[in-house]
Amino acid sequence: MAVSVDEAVSTGPARDHTPSARRLGGRGRSVLEVALLTVLAVVMLFPVLWMIETSIKENRDVYAIPAKFFGFKVTLDHFKDVFAASGGGRSALSVSFLNSIVVAGVSTALATVLGVPAAWAYSRFSVKAKKDQLFFILSTRFMPPVVVVIPIFLMYRQVGLIDNKLGLILIYTAFNVPFTIWMMKGFVDEVPAEYEDAAMLDGYTRLQAFWKFTLPLLLPGIAATAVFALIFSWNEFVFAIFLTSSDSVRTAPPAIAGLIGGTTVDWGLVAAASVVFALPVLVFAYLVRKHLVAGVTLGAVRR
Amino acid sequence: MSDPVPLTTDHPGQVASATPPAPGRSRHLSDRWLAVAFISPALLLLLAMSVFPLLWALYLSFTDYSATRGGPAHFIWFGNYTAILASAQVHLRALTTLIYVVGAVALQTALGFSIAYLISRRTHGRGLLTTLFLVPMMLSPVVVGLFWRFMLDAQFGVINSMLGSLGLGQVEWLTRQRTALISLIVVDTWQWTPFIMLIALAGLTAVPKYLYEAASIDRASEWFRFRTITLPLVWPLLLIAVLFRAIEAFRLFDLVYILTSGGPGVSTETLSFHVYKVAFLGFNTGTASAYGILMVLVVIVLTQLYLRYLNKLKED
Repeated sequence: MAVSVDEAVSTGPARDHTPSARRLGGRGRSVLEVALLTVLAVVMLFPVLWMIETSIKENRDVYAIPAKFFGFKVTLDHFKDVFAASGGGRSALSVSFLNSIVVAGVSTALATVLGVPAAWAYSRFSVKAKKDQLFFILSTRFMPPVVVVIPIFLMYRQVGLIDNKLGLILIYTAFNVPFTIWMMKGFVDEVPAEYEDAAMLDGYTRLQAFWKFTLPLLLPGIAATAVFALIFSWNEFVFAIFLTSSDSVRTAPPAIAGLIGGTTVDWGLVAAASVVFALPVLVFAYLVRKHLVAGVTLGAVRR
Repeated sequence: MSDPVPLTTDHPGQVASATPPAPGRSRHLSDRWLAVAFISPALLLLLAMSVFPLLWALYLSFTDYSATRGGPAHFIWFGNYTAILASAQVHLRALTTLIYVVGAVALQTALGFSIAYLISRRTHGRGLLTTLFLVPMMLSPVVVGLFWRFMLDAQFGVINSMLGSLGLGQVEWLTRQRTALISLIVVDTWQWTPFIMLIALAGLTAVPKYLYEAASIDRASEWFRFRTITLPLVWPLLLIAVLFRAIEAFRLFDLVYILTSGGPGVSTETLSFHVYKVAFLGFNTGTASAYGILMVLVVIVLTQLYLRYLNKLKED
C-alpha cells in the first residue's frame, strides 16, 4: 500500500510541471471524449430502448407518424398476448418458449457431461496429436450451419428425427461440445495437477482424485461454460427453422420470426415476444460478464 | 504440429518418472484408458454429427441427387463443381458476400476499436459502460433482424421518422437495391461492434502502464505512443477478433433471411443464402452440396489462418 501511495504522490507534482495551456487542452479533450462516448452509447442502445418502448405501446402509438418517443399510454396487452391465446389457453408462442427451455437445457446438460471430462483429459494427459485434435474440434464449430443442415436434414429424414425435439437437442449438443471442451480446458489448466497427484499419493485413484478434488474446484467454470452454451442454443435459428415445422416442437426463434409471415405485422407483439426472449439472455450474460472474452471467442482467447 | 500444448501436458510424464517403476507403469496404463474413456464420447458425437454429414455432402456433391425427386443418385463427378464455378449467378453472390464481409468487418473494427480506446482512457464507470455497449451482441440475430426491419420500415419506421423531423427525405432502406446491402452492413455492424470492442478492450487494458510512463518521460507525442506502444501490443489480439468476425460474417444466414430475404431482387443474396435457395427451394441437393463443400473449403482456409494466429498469440 505504502508504495502505491508514494507513487501517487510523486506523479502529482510531475503533472504540475506541464504548462497550464496543455492541461486545459487535456481537459477539453477529455470532455470531448466523454461526449463522443455518450453519443455512441445512445446510438448503440437506442434500438433496444425502442424495442422495449414498442412492447408497452398501444397499437395506435406503435404506428404513429411521426414516431412517439414520449407521452404514450402504457399497456401490457402485448405481453399478455405473448403468453395467452386469444381464445384462452396457451398461445403458440408460449409453447415455443417452453420448447426452447427444454431443448437449450437438455443440450447444454449433455454438452457439459460430454465436454468437461474430455477437457480434463486433454488438459492432464499426453494424448497423441493433441493439438491437431483440439484444432479439429474447434474447426467443426466453424462450419456454416446452412451447409451442415443439408446432409443433417437428409440424415434426420432417414431416422425420423425431422420435426423432433431430440433432433434439435443432438445437433445443438454437437455444436456446444467443441465450445465446452475449449472453454473448460482453460479452466482445468488453471487448477494445478499437483492437487490430483497429492490425492493419489494418499491412495485415491486418478478418477477419484478428479471427482473429489478437481471437479469441485471447476464448478464455477462449469457454470460459466454452461451459461454460454445455454445462450448459444437459446439464440440458435438456422437449424431450428429447417429441422422443425410444427408448433408443438418449434423453438422460440423460428416462432418469433413466424410472426412476420402474414400481410399485416403486429409489431407490438413482435417487440413484446422479443423482450421476453432476450431478457433471460441479458441476465445470464451479466452473470458471466467476467468470462465474456473467453465465451464469445469459443474459449480460444483467455484474458 | 503435434507438439503438446504448453504447460500442463508434460506433468503426468514427470510424475510417473518420479515414482517407482512398477506402480508408475500401471498408473500410466490406467491414465491412458481414462483419457480414451473421457475423450471418445465427445469425439464420437462430433464424428457422427459433423464429420459424417460433411462426408455425405461430399458424396452427394458428385451426384445429381435431388431430395424431392428421390430415386437413385447418378454420379456426374465434377459436373456440379464446374457448373457452380462457371455460373455468373454464383460470381454475383460471391461479390455481394465480399462487399458485405469486408464492409461490415471493416466498420466494426474501426468503430469497436475506437470505442474500446475511448473507454480504456476513462478511469470511472468503465464496467458500466462496457456492459451497456455489450447488449447488442448478446441478442439473437432473429430479434436483431426483426427489430431493425421494424425500425427501417419506409412508412412507419422510426429511422425515417427521425430523418423526417430533421427535414431530410425518406429512404427506402430495405426495398432499394443499393440501400438494402448498406442496411445489412449497418445492422451487422450494430450487433457486432461490441465484439471487437470487447476484445480490443482486453488488449488495451493489458498494455503495461510503465510503457506509457516511460514514453511520457521521453516526451513522446500522443500519436507516437499510440503507434509504437498501443497498436503493436493490441494488434495480435485485434487480428484474431477480425478473423473471427470474418468467418462469422461469411457464414451468416439468419440476419439476411429475416431482414431482406435476399431481396430486393438478389441484391443482398450472400453465398450462404444462395446455398439455402438451391438446396431448399430448388431442391438441387447435389448442386447445393457441391456449393456447400466449396464454402466449407473457404471456411477451412480462414479457420486455419485464425488458428495459426491464435497459436502465435498463445506462444508469446
